[in-house]
Amino acid sequence: MSYHADERGYYGEFGGAFIPEMLYPNCEELRQNYLKIMAEPSFQEEFHQLLKDYVGRPTPLYFAERLSKKYNTKIYLKREDLCHTGAHKVNNTIGQILMAKRLGKHRIIAETGAGQHGVATATVCALMGIECVVYMGEIDIARQAPNVARMKMLGAEVHPATSGSKTLKDATNEAIRDWINNPVDTHYIIGSVVGPHPYPDMVARFQSVISEEVKSQLLEKEGRENPDFVVACVGGGSNAAGAFYHFLDTPEVGIIAVEAAGKGIHSGESAATSALGKVGIIHGSKTLLMQTPDGQITEPYSISAGLDYPGVGPLHAHLYTSGRGEFISITDDEAMKAGLDLCKFEGIIPAIESSHALAIFKDRKFKENDVVVVNLSGRGDKDLQNYIDYFKL
Amino acid sequence: MNRIKQKLQEDKKILSIYFTAGYPSLNDTVKIIQDLEKSGVDLIEIGLPFSDPLADGPTIQASSTAALKNGMTTTLLFEQLKDIRKTVSIPLILMGYFNPVLQYGVEAFCKKCEEIGIDGLILPDLPLDVYLAEYETIFKKHGLINVFLITPQTSDARINAIDEASEGFIYMVSSASTTGAKEGFGPEQSAYFERIASMDLKNPQIVGFGISNAQTFQQATSKAKGAIIGSAFIKHLTQNGVDGIDAFVGQIR
Repeated sequence: MSYHADERGYYGEFGGAFIPEMLYPNCEELRQNYLKIMAEPSFQEEFHQLLKDYVGRPTPLYFAERLSKKYNTKIYLKREDLCHTGAHKVNNTIGQILMAKRLGKHRIIAETGAGQHGVATATVCALMGIECVVYMGEIDIARQAPNVARMKMLGAEVHPATSGSKTLKDATNEAIRDWINNPVDTHYIIGSVVGPHPYPDMVARFQSVISEEVKSQLLEKEGRENPDFVVACVGGGSNAAGAFYHFLDTPEVGIIAVEAAGKGIHSGESAATSALGKVGIIHGSKTLLMQTPDGQITEPYSISAGLDYPGVGPLHAHLYTSGRGEFISITDDEAMKAGLDLCKFEGIIPAIESSHALAIFKDRKFKENDVVVVNLSGRGDKDLQNYIDYFKL
Repeated sequence: MNRIKQKLQEDKKILSIYFTAGYPSLNDTVKIIQDLEKSGVDLIEIGLPFSDPLADGPTIQASSTAALKNGMTTTLLFEQLKDIRKTVSIPLILMGYFNPVLQYGVEAFCKKCEEIGIDGLILPDLPLDVYLAEYETIFKKHGLINVFLITPQTSDARINAIDEASEGFIYMVSSASTTGAKEGFGPEQSAYFERIASMDLKNPQIVGFGISNAQTFQQATSKAKGAIIGSAFIKHLTQNGVDGIDAFVGQIR
């Protein structure tokens, strides 16, 4: 059994393309071309060149010695926080901007929640000299001012999404509406492994460079390609998809997905989609989704802006329901403490998203000789104000 | 015979009106339907509000958000409509997004529609291939016509496939846009209307998006069987409440 998407974009019962006819030509054009374009040697060459020279890849696989001692196991950190723009997001935007160029698109749109994907998109648009419009919820614009400024400095237009709950899901709706209204010249760079087929598969493939590097780096350090466990946080799930990708069909590698429990799974303020979601359709994909009994999509909560998406990518829905993945949810408090621990033990300030993945070690025990790779998806600069407020620094 | 099919056989241009259930007030649904029928409308599309209506522009979005805030749910709409066939005979279509239908249960939803006397469904984000593979037999069993959309970007091959899968009519989206985004028609639309008319499809076409008055209604129906008005009617409801529906319809034709 494979955990990758089939040719119709399904992961088990999840995925597909539940889109109105207005989006069909756009998605179909992408679907028919994405694998072909990605397989072109010139594409691969340009993609990897940019990942190396511009993004700074390969990112280190760092043995966290003091943290390992504390938890009595072998913890490696995959340092996606060292990527240009501060997180793994740029792996995907580099891939998609090259895709857009080959499809002859002159205009890029994107959605963003906390602003990380918006910044990564604005960055590659500046790099390529392509017009860029980023949709961002009005509420997020107010609470993520530094990233709004970054996008503007990079030449992007930031459009406030004023509909619905005025956050990430509404920004995504607005970006989709823009795409409906501009079907010919515009490419939509989705930031996670969500949305209609082929997006979840395409984004996972661009992010798969993470696990590809882990394999060769681990071979060098441990004499084996496969860790015992790979751990990553999941909002929509793009960093997790990249970290899991080359281990999905290797059953001896344990896959651990960490969701945001917010103030507690049953507090009413949570983003733990696997625990709280039911099968439904969001942004063109059939997946697990937080919703009312009437099928209205609800607003999730997490202290981490990158994890408060009401759905989860269809790959992760499949990993959860099939039992292939172990899903753990971590509260705001647990994540914040784990983030501070990493600062104190290893001298690394992590993004609050990544702190969720780091927080599992308190309760989830591993064997002394287990090799556990944690994907450190982003750095904490953007979260400084949150850390200051939380710890009264 | 299904009321939609019967209506389409009449030798006239069809005027279809869309409104969002639960808007402007929660319990306006039945009165709006009755007034639309009295005003001489041919077909009514009752919108099932959704939290994330991604094919809709600001007007219909706002009406959906307001309707949900008013307390509209699928169950409540069915409750409001349970005796509707005692007072009206006009063809009724439910239009909405697929997720609320999925949560209600597709089979249960279709069964309820049949009990009430709903004639068809428009679910823009239920794709053709999924409908044919999983739901066609259920829809048919309950006498429901499923209406598909086409746009100016839809290829001839796909239009033919949609025509094949349709019975009733094809919903012809007039331009690449969300609802209510553009008003009026240009040369691009004329060419598109021409192209579709020349395809000699087995199903009649009803044009939607961009129709707001007598002029655009006439343009839209010069080649097609009928036209749908949505956002313009919602704006009327916003300004006038449920009063003057006959005057609104009267100025269209």
